[in-house]
Amino acid sequence: MYLTRLEEEMLEGEMGEAVARAMSLLVALGEVFEAERLIEVESAHISGVSYKNLGEAGLEYLEEQAELGAHVRIRATLNPAGMDLERWREMGVSPEFAEGQLRVIEAYRRMGVEATCTCTPYLIGHRPRAGSQVAWAESSAVAYANSVLGARTNRETGPTALASAITGRAPLHGYRLEENRRPSIIIDVKAHLTSKFDYGALGYLIGEIAGRSVPYIRGLRGASIEQLKALSAAIATSGGVALYHIEGLTPEARRMTRHLEDLEHIPIKPDGLREVAERFQGAGEDAVICVGCPHCSLRELMEVAMLLERRSCERLWVFTSRGVYMKAERLGIVKAIEEAGGRVYRDTCMVVAPLREMGWREVATNSFKAAHYLSSMGLTVRVAPLRELLGRGS
Amino acid sequence: MRIRGRRIVGGYAEGEAIISGAPFSFYGGVDPDTGVITEPGHPLEGESIAGRVFIFPHGRGSTVGCYIIYRMHRRGTAPAAIINLETETIIATGCAMAGIPLMDRLEENPLRLLRNGDLVVVNADEGYIEI
Repeated sequence: MYLTRLEEEMLEGEMGEAVARAMSLLVALGEVFEAERLIEVESAHISGVSYKNLGEAGLEYLEEQAELGAHVRIRATLNPAGMDLERWREMGVSPEFAEGQLRVIEAYRRMGVEATCTCTPYLIGHRPRAGSQVAWAESSAVAYANSVLGARTNRETGPTALASAITGRAPLHGYRLEENRRPSIIIDVKAHLTSKFDYGALGYLIGEIAGRSVPYIRGLRGASIEQLKALSAAIATSGGVALYHIEGLTPEARRMTRHLEDLEHIPIKPDGLREVAERFQGAGEDAVICVGCPHCSLRELMEVAMLLERRSCERLWVFTSRGVYMKAERLGIVKAIEEAGGRVYRDTCMVVAPLREMGWREVATNSFKAAHYLSSMGLTVRVAPLRELLGRGS
Repeated sequence: MRIRGRRIVGGYAEGEAIISGAPFSFYGGVDPDTGVITEPGHPLEGESIAGRVFIFPHGRGSTVGCYIIYRMHRRGTAPAAIINLETETIIATGCAMAGIPLMDRLEENPLRLLRNGDLVVVNADEGYIEI
């Protein structure tokens, strides 16, 4: 792989041991993917934050990097942690877990990473521009950044995104190259989608069909940010989709029209969408209702508050980012949800918090991503639209 | 006998071969404090990969596996080198984090060529192994 003189110096340790290690990681991956060279990246979003996933081994790695003086050269934000960094006791998280988790956050902070602790950096002002090269981890944010924002990233892991943040580089391969952004399958949606829940179901279904290919989706009349967020999360969960195009909607769809010939067409009908929702119907009426995978936008928090008007719901947990929480607090939305019996937590979500260790068994959610991962962790799960979960019918 | 291959992470190591015919997950597959394979039903269950040249087709499972490789390195329980048929992100990341020599795409299939216990020299810097 070709390296510039500066990159050679970074690799040889002239800018310190931490930079050399980060560079050697990127070069190794460049070799694996036969990248010709590295490319400069503008921002990073780093996963590998929850102590539940990292454990002692991951914590050790991060602390060693921080100790070696690793520091980010570009803007870098952080994925959710395993708990609300302040209200963890109230959540039922153990002090041992909290200690490990706080050390993880501290190590990232020492390296200059913004402790945003959210899977939706694009909702709190970290929005790469179209065509820019970035190094993002977190599969739902990767799908959103590539598809909706038109930025360019592969599905990075925690260590590779961190290495890119430290060096400002990433190996040039995969979705960073124009030719790999072309569609490889056409999805004809022959159903009328109305809610965010429908978009989640559609994403889950397309992910299964498309696997790791690039779907070109037709037949959608429009979509809100929240609907695209749900679609991005689901499509990256059931398959490995990192990039999709929606005709008439996403920024690169128009220039892809000349690459559609000879592609296979797969129709999606209403019964297909119903069928995916029916797969997660385990949990009963006593399940804890979890909303906020990916993290809630302000509009979604408002919707929860409105559905809770003049009623109470004792088993409702809502997850969002600190940025959105602050706005919601000022508008009285957090208070409205908490007065109805719900709880609004920041920095974490149902997928990365240690729910099993906290004694949870059953969860009801409006997120296909959460339903998928929670059931693979052995919890009993029900997926349904928010209105139904909160007892307001469909 | 010298066999050429692709260098992914450079370095030099010698050790006894230990071979898994099946793809391997470090997350849940091995006890990082001892280097002993713990995956239930794995043909190498109970065997240690510490200090050996570990040969398997490719990694699988959670990306957390890369941190496990790193932790084994810190504990002194990591393999001396890893040889894959065709490596991927998790193993490459873990080996780079820990500085463990990693090669793949050897000119001959190491799963057929080597037996457990064979002494192997891995010269990833120069892009070959020697038996």
